[in-house]
Amino acid sequence: MRIAILGFGSVGRGIARVILGKGLDITVTGLADSRSGLIDAGGIDLLAALSKKERGEPCGDPGISPMDVVERAEYDILVEVTPTDVETAEPALGHMRGALRRGRHVVTSNKGPIAIAYPGLRALAEANGVLLRYEATVCGAIPLIHAMQEGLAGNAITRICGVFNGTCNYILTRMAAEGLTYEQALAEARDLGYAEADPTYDVEGIDAAIKLVILANTILDMDTTLDDVERTGITLLSSEALQLAEDQDCTIRLIGEILPEAGVLRVSPRIVAKDHPLVVEGTLNAVTVETDLAGDLTFIGKGAGSTETASAVIGDILYIQSRHVQGY
Amino acid sequence: MKLEMRDQPGQLVAALKPISAVGGNIIAVIHQREATTPAEALAVQIVLELPEGRLERLLELLREQGVNVVRIGEERLLYECTLIMIGHLMHTDLSDTVDQIDRTGSAEVTELSVVMPAIDSPSSARITIRSTNRAEMKRAMRILRAVADQKGLLIIEPLEDA
Repeated sequence: MRIAILGFGSVGRGIARVILGKGLDITVTGLADSRSGLIDAGGIDLLAALSKKERGEPCGDPGISPMDVVERAEYDILVEVTPTDVETAEPALGHMRGALRRGRHVVTSNKGPIAIAYPGLRALAEANGVLLRYEATVCGAIPLIHAMQEGLAGNAITRICGVFNGTCNYILTRMAAEGLTYEQALAEARDLGYAEADPTYDVEGIDAAIKLVILANTILDMDTTLDDVERTGITLLSSEALQLAEDQDCTIRLIGEILPEAGVLRVSPRIVAKDHPLVVEGTLNAVTVETDLAGDLTFIGKGAGSTETASAVIGDILYIQSRHVQGY
Repeated sequence: MKLEMRDQPGQLVAALKPISAVGGNIIAVIHQREATTPAEALAVQIVLELPEGRLERLLELLREQGVNVVRIGEERLLYECTLIMIGHLMHTDLSDTVDQIDRTGSAEVTELSVVMPAIDSPSSARITIRSTNRAEMKRAMRILRAVADQKGLLIIEPLEDA
């Protein structure tokens, strides 16, 4: 099977390493980073591309753009793993539309297009008889979307709530465990590479809110945007507040919650009993899905990371391969 | 409440029927023979939830059934919810914040722990609200959210309902 990979950062390289390391029967015929591209119907040398990136060089020819790869490379699945833009969803949205119009499947970890334009993308995929899969957009390695779409098909989902952002969870874990202030815990998270230089996207709950929008729009048939999410971040939390929670065998976690009946989407710090299944440590994610038939299910796992996100992307690629790519 | 009735078939059902008749909700029925109970009588403890103002009618109905009410223990504020507030709690008149809940008459602040780390820096408080029922708790929460919004306070609510 042939794939083209757009985006050769942490996720893109993670996917390349898994393909090489596991000897998967996947040929990469197109590849692009932000500065260059490669098209080779015979298969791109991933090892060479990886070592070029490690030396800080572009992976391919500066004359080849990501859109050139979308339009000219021969592939069965476009793997869109470029950085996300939550306002416009571009350029990823254009890449995905281009591939779907060519009748090619799309697998993505890119939250922007799925959060903003899912109904249109799905219609385009259906019109062209191909699949659009996006497991990696929510909670990294946890196969949450697959579980809800396939495993829990037939269930009515009455509530989804959970820890959707590992950076915030790390900060709150450290504030509770060591009595650190928010600023101290954030500095530590930055040192460890868990928080960006500008942590707004994580600590203001925007990342978690986007994930709620994706779940609401793609699994729960809701029609929501980022503005519909009631959102409070963790920046004003005090170590005293965590201590007050601790005094009652509770702690504070940033919780994303969807109540489909009431049409409520919200991200806010909440008091949670310490023995509650959603109280996970460090950068872990945890999500509880409440259903009518299966009862409550809680999924816990790594929400980010190069290999972990690659796991979700590879899962989607192999899903499409096993069902829809001719010759398999 | 603790009830005493004749130890005959159908007596327990006769004692329970009036509870649903007045819109009550039976939470538990505990029945054990005690040494102090006369041999021909049956002692039963019932834990139940009643809408406001229905107790008198229930007692009347029970008496009509020949059931003797031995003891009643009443807990008016059944629902409890603990939240944390962060912000300039004192400068924004904490007693007014508490008062706005208490003024409802059906919900009140029963516990408050405040930590003030330094002058001019935000303080944190754990606040426990008790109410007569779930709807009143929701109303109290709405009031608190509005007050917090107006006073620029951060409210941290529990994940699960009271």
